[in-house]
Amino acid sequence: MSGSDVTRDGVEGGRPGREAPTGARAGRRRRRRGRGEQPMVPEAEFSSYYGKPVLNKPTWKALDIAGYLYLGGLAGASSLLAAGAGLGGRPALARPAKLGAAGAISLSLVALVHDLGRPARFLNMLRVFKPTSPMSVGSWLLVGYAPLTLAAAAADVAGRYRLAGSAATAGAAVLGPAVATYTAVLLSDTAVPSWHEGYRQLPYVFAGSAATAASGLALAAAPAGQAGPARRMAALGAALELGAFRLMKGRLGLAAEPYERGRPHRLLRAAEALTAGGAALALLSGRVRDRRVALAAGAALLSGSAALRFGVFQAGVDSAEDPKYTVVPQRERLAARGR
Amino acid sequence: MTPDDDGTASAGPARGHLLYGPQPDVAGAAGYPDAPPRMGFFTDTSVCIGCKACEVACKEWNAVPEDGLELTGMSYDNTQGLGADSWRHVAFIEQRKPFGGQEPGVVHEDVDVFAAAADLGTDAGSPGPGATAPPPGAAPAGAPAGEISPVSPDGRTELRWLMASDVCKHCTHAACLDVCPTGALFRTEFGTVVVQEDICNGCGYCVPACPYGVIDQRKDDGRAWKCTLCYDRLGVGMEPACAKACPTDSIQFGPLEELRERAASRVTRLREAGVTDARLYGESPDDGVGGDGAFFLLLDEPEVYGLPPDPVVTTRDLPDMWRHAALAAVSLAALAVTSFVRRPR
Repeated sequence: MSGSDVTRDGVEGGRPGREAPTGARAGRRRRRRGRGEQPMVPEAEFSSYYGKPVLNKPTWKALDIAGYLYLGGLAGASSLLAAGAGLGGRPALARPAKLGAAGAISLSLVALVHDLGRPARFLNMLRVFKPTSPMSVGSWLLVGYAPLTLAAAAADVAGRYRLAGSAATAGAAVLGPAVATYTAVLLSDTAVPSWHEGYRQLPYVFAGSAATAASGLALAAAPAGQAGPARRMAALGAALELGAFRLMKGRLGLAAEPYERGRPHRLLRAAEALTAGGAALALLSGRVRDRRVALAAGAALLSGSAALRFGVFQAGVDSAEDPKYTVVPQRERLAARGR
Repeated sequence: MTPDDDGTASAGPARGHLLYGPQPDVAGAAGYPDAPPRMGFFTDTSVCIGCKACEVACKEWNAVPEDGLELTGMSYDNTQGLGADSWRHVAFIEQRKPFGGQEPGVVHEDVDVFAAAADLGTDAGSPGPGATAPPPGAAPAGAPAGEISPVSPDGRTELRWLMASDVCKHCTHAACLDVCPTGALFRTEFGTVVVQEDICNGCGYCVPACPYGVIDQRKDDGRAWKCTLCYDRLGVGMEPACAKACPTDSIQFGPLEELRERAASRVTRLREAGVTDARLYGESPDDGVGGDGAFFLLLDEPEVYGLPPDPVVTTRDLPDMWRHAALAAVSLAALAVTSFVRRPR
């Protein structure tokens, strides 16, 4: 579309600088291309309104909500470790797991409340129970889960009320996996293309990521003699996380692109390297009697899990900001239906 | 605004069974036994003149705060989109296309407009309703009808302006309402979707849930805001401020059933008159959100106006999401059990 050629005898031909193109992809040149990155698929042809996004992007703050996803996973899987260690007679593994679960879930609640537009009204979350709202389900889950982790940790530290402590530990272990995986539904139950389209795989990614984070914390804090289950959990969790994430990106189509570009891409590559490296170090730490290996494994696993959550979060925000990811798949859907 | 607490109490559980597909009795499903007919908007963009009276009327009536006076430089559109502080948004689109039967470059010096008006059975003093749009076949002599001439005599392509006033769609299956954890968003007896500002705690979940990018969080206030379809005015039998202010009746308010009939005949008439691009958007109860309470007559693809071509309410897949999350939780527990199985030494 060229410039104005308005009247008889008047202005004719293009007038550079006065173009206001629409229809064709236009106006959006903000996207920073990472060094040496190649788009996975050719640029799609589509129309948009001056390149403006169709969706309103999430207003959530990355530190609060991605941090919450991470801490919730860390807490949930730590509760599993705590219960297993309690049953298997590994008190030195159980204590950091219980403290980790209680600390992480407390911090995550702080992050959640901090992210509210009206923090003073956070109790309104408990006004109704709505299965159609993952945030409502999650709020009720946390109301049940957080006190259990705190009770389990308190009983362990105090060394009293053994029975109540065990019951709380068991209860937390029952709710823990739900706390770790419901956050995937929280993200997927939106119109954000890169979150919604991955709803079949994202819970498994988050489950694996939760396992690696919890085992990382346990490896760093528990003596090597009792950390065997954590080492195995690290390896299994890493396999689940990396495998499910690969599968997800393969199934997403165009919505996989935000995971392969810019900051999310860097975060997710780091997550992959840290998680795989951390799992390898974790297995190694079972053979060499050097505390530093276990510490390095723990640090790598904890930061790898965090990088994954921040990467997934940011990729979703990016996919909401570009109309391409909303319009093109919907157009393809219509074409497939023959309209 | 006087939010209705009955609606809140019944909105959640009663709707839970039907997350997707046609829902003829929206208010009934939300727990109103004797609901009035579902009300909505039909925005006929073919007669929109881009005056923005709707934007102004909406801001005035609802006391929506000013949200920055930014000149975009892209078009006459400085509102840019719907959000917490823009509940109506007029889009401006310039295109190199003719508008229906317009004939560029034709000189009309020999047309006696008064004679043409007399043919329509109206006089200049009091033009009757619809006087400017004669039914096909009844067009006065000399008036262009039924043909598109894409290129003017001197060879240049023609230009048209599309203007469209966008608004909250008040979906049959509203994702914002479904995901709201506090019950602040509720279904009214008119079948519309409204935020209760005294309940909303600003969690922001509704914002990315909306497939149209309508609702948003007000920055300094923290809560989510959007069009209420003037719930307060509806309650006393008045039409919403934007529809009232619209000088061309591009925004039409009324019972949804009636609006759908009117829209169907309007789009047929436009097509017969040569406006082959005319199409309805959001009127079908079979679409991904079960049909919009506010639907549109568009003259181009929806995405040209910044609308999603095939929106789907995200909660359609929610049962499946819960299933996958439950399986993943079981997998995580199994993974932990496996980790604790003592290997033989």
